[in-house]
Amino acid sequence: MNGPHDLGGQYGFGRINPEPEISELVFHHDWERKVFAITLACGFLGKWNIDEARHARERQHPVKYLSNTYYQNWLAGLEKLLVEKNLITEKELNTGHPYNEQMVYTPPDVHEAMNILTKGSPANLQTKKLPKFKKYDRVKVINNHSKGHTRLPRYVRGCSGTVIRSYGVHIFPDDNAKGIKNGEHLYSVCFKAKELWSENNKELNSVCIDLWEPYMAKE
Amino acid sequence: MSYDKKENHSLPSDLALRVKALESVLIDKGLINPETLDALIDTYEHKIGPKNGAQVVARAWVDENFKAAIKNDCSSIIKKTFGFAGRQGEHIIAVENTPKLHNVVVCTLCSCYPWTLLGLPPTWYKSAPYRARVVEDPRSVLNEFGTNVPIEKEIRVWDSTSEIRYLVIPERPSGTEEWSEDKLSTLVTRDSMIGVSYAKEPN
Repeated sequence: MNGPHDLGGQYGFGRINPEPEISELVFHHDWERKVFAITLACGFLGKWNIDEARHARERQHPVKYLSNTYYQNWLAGLEKLLVEKNLITEKELNTGHPYNEQMVYTPPDVHEAMNILTKGSPANLQTKKLPKFKKYDRVKVINNHSKGHTRLPRYVRGCSGTVIRSYGVHIFPDDNAKGIKNGEHLYSVCFKAKELWSENNKELNSVCIDLWEPYMAKE
Repeated sequence: MSYDKKENHSLPSDLALRVKALESVLIDKGLINPETLDALIDTYEHKIGPKNGAQVVARAWVDENFKAAIKNDCSSIIKKTFGFAGRQGEHIIAVENTPKLHNVVVCTLCSCYPWTLLGLPPTWYKSAPYRARVVEDPRSVLNEFGTNVPIEKEIRVWDSTSEIRYLVIPERPSGTEEWSEDKLSTLVTRDSMIGVSYAKEPN
């Protein structure tokens, strides 16, 4: 979706002002620690996947998304998913008290949880699907303004680039965000600065971006 | 997203209360386990961080075969060699800086980052200015980190749109030819592995 999260190439945000690496803390407030851990722990229940989680954060009012701090966006996404998946009600969310005592769950214990974390969740799939593209192919990105979740940023739509690497078949996020686990070939595609920003861009720079096969056609 | 640091540090206290209420209702309903929360926080606050990545880079600096292997498939090699594995590190690829090419990593759509090697991303990496600007004008962004990349050098930006995670192997500083791997790893900063700075120079 053309949401506020799709930031590549937007203007007007000003300087970065990074905190020095040596003094930056992992979390700046105790509530951030909690939001981070609760989000991961709720993820371990297996009721949603990573693309549904991303999409939940993206589906906020743009003004809200852009004014929130990072972990506020995590919190907003988490609350949305918990309610949409019927794990808690709006009332419970607003009062902090459980009302439906019948719903009893068994979350993974701490050892199981740490095992899930260490194991990770690989996104590659074994399928017999043949790739359409190979290294050095010239490709053109489709101009598709998806209403749903997509990992095709606006700034590359309609642009031409070169395939520099094939990663095999990976879970396709546009379907995964709807709960459909479908695999598509994934590639790293490299664009010269002038192919993305302006014919007159004289910079020697490039952007390499991971794109799934349905996002592209042969040039 | 905190692109205004002042705003980030003066949050309303009702946010802390809201999170507390959420935690309490989730525990009461048996959806989460408090011990798990503590373990997760401890893992990313104290155990997993850029020291992991620094070990990998130092090894790449002294061992050409290792370097070639992690540029092809970093995740399986570092799991076997160092035991680094897990969430947000399932498919890591290393990209190498050279005298002609400088690599830098971003996630314009969210905050994808190689957790197993660098820990959780810094605030600026997740912020709107960095995500918006680095793809279009990387040279000025790097300047803001005090990193001047000569105009004749290509800057290549890796936008992490999939589950592939990128680790930058910074250039090895000169004058370190006799250094041990452990000593070399002290020159490898988090920022140099994201690509917004060079590795530290030996003093």
